[in-house]
Amino acid sequence: MSDLRAAVAAGVLGAEDAYRSLLRATVEVARAIFRAQAASVFLLDEEADELVFEAVAGRGSESLVGQRFPASTGVAGWVLVTRQPLVVDDLARDARFSREAAESTGYVPRSLMAVPLLTEDEVLGVLEVLDRPADEPFTLADMDLLGLFGNQAAIALELLQRARRARAALDGEGELARFAARLDQAPEETRAAGLDLLRALERLIAP
Amino acid sequence: MGLPAHAHADEDLPAWSLAAAAGDAIRLPSSWPDRVTREWAWGGSTGKGVRVCVLDSGVELDHPLVGTVQRSVAVTKDADRTTIADDDSGDLCGHGTACAGIIRSLAPECELTSVRVLGAGYTGSAAVLLAGLEWAIEQGFDVINMSLSTTKKQYVDRLHELTDAAYFRRIVLVASAHNMPVESFPWRFAAVLSVGSHESPDPFAVYANPQPPVEFFARGLNVEIAWLGGTTITATGNSFATPHVTGLCALILGKHPELTPFQVKSVLHLTAANVGSGP
Repeated sequence: MSDLRAAVAAGVLGAEDAYRSLLRATVEVARAIFRAQAASVFLLDEEADELVFEAVAGRGSESLVGQRFPASTGVAGWVLVTRQPLVVDDLARDARFSREAAESTGYVPRSLMAVPLLTEDEVLGVLEVLDRPADEPFTLADMDLLGLFGNQAAIALELLQRARRARAALDGEGELARFAARLDQAPEETRAAGLDLLRALERLIAP
Repeated sequence: MGLPAHAHADEDLPAWSLAAAAGDAIRLPSSWPDRVTREWAWGGSTGKGVRVCVLDSGVELDHPLVGTVQRSVAVTKDADRTTIADDDSGDLCGHGTACAGIIRSLAPECELTSVRVLGAGYTGSAAVLLAGLEWAIEQGFDVINMSLSTTKKQYVDRLHELTDAAYFRRIVLVASAHNMPVESFPWRFAAVLSVGSHESPDPFAVYANPQPPVEFFARGLNVEIAWLGGTTITATGNSFATPHVTGLCALILGKHPELTPFQVKSVLHLTAANVGSGP
């Protein structure tokens, strides 16, 4: 195994965690800026036509990550198909929405802001912010801010997906990738000894 | 379908040049007053006789805020071709119903047609959108509402051709601007009328933007919209500003059916709340 490949493997494994953290940080900031009860990013699984909770801040938090629900209907479906941000108030008036929300997350929001996560060519998912303070009027400046957060979350989500694809490409070499990552993080002396051992191994198996 | 990119509304008109003596032959009447007011532009109009198309996610049938929908069609796509057929499955997500309700609230007697191009999966959605737009232009609607856009660059040229074709066929194409930092279309094109949101509660108030590509701002904040299941809800978005302008265009064309898209745009500009001494 070359140093280059080891470096790639270590980078891929590290990147996935780093981008997941970036995404989580983005939803946490979105929640804080809008002083909302919760914020989440959903990844679109196009094949299954489902949305997957990818990062959650506030109510529900980490227990929701990985949960899925249909992507074609409701507010998220609206935002996905139109690629337009949407803010809805008095959601409690929609009995069907309330029931579906209660069933999927156990939390029924009163208001919801949603923005599509777009790259140049595709829609990756949706960023949602639930229940900003009821006594603060919503403004169009808030809407623009939501769009900016959507852009940042889209970049984080795209990087995360790329890292996952790279990891899948390394699949089959999973053992090696894990070994490379460990070696990369080891103390300097251990790392140097490990690399010496690898070079010896390389000479041994070289044709 | 083979819609020419630049079709002429009347083939008898000189297309490329005008002889010295021919000016009289194409003299156009003008009854515009010295000052174009809201009253002159659409006072007394209900949008009657104006054919409006909602290119969207479908429209819920018999929603109380929408009323009669003259015709509903859906565009679908299989491996490599798109099909357009009558459809009575309504609206999956509610977006088209919301837009139709707003248009109806301004122009109660306009004729509404729904063309569903959104909602059935996401792959190939830009091709479906283009096929729907092409069909709507062939049908010769007076106004087409597009509270949607695409980011797919490979469709930009064709979309550009279609919006120009609509313009020269006297079809007013009203499109939502994106209030996000992304490149999307067709709202950026000069042949369409692009709309963003303002915060005033007046559904008839339009502001002309001195800094395009967004050309006009209309009501988009805290709008009471039609929601699925015959209900209503309060919502905010450029998607709702756009049908306000579509409704106004229907009112203007109901009263002045001879106007071209260029002239309709001029009327909207002259009656904008921030132009001259205002309405």
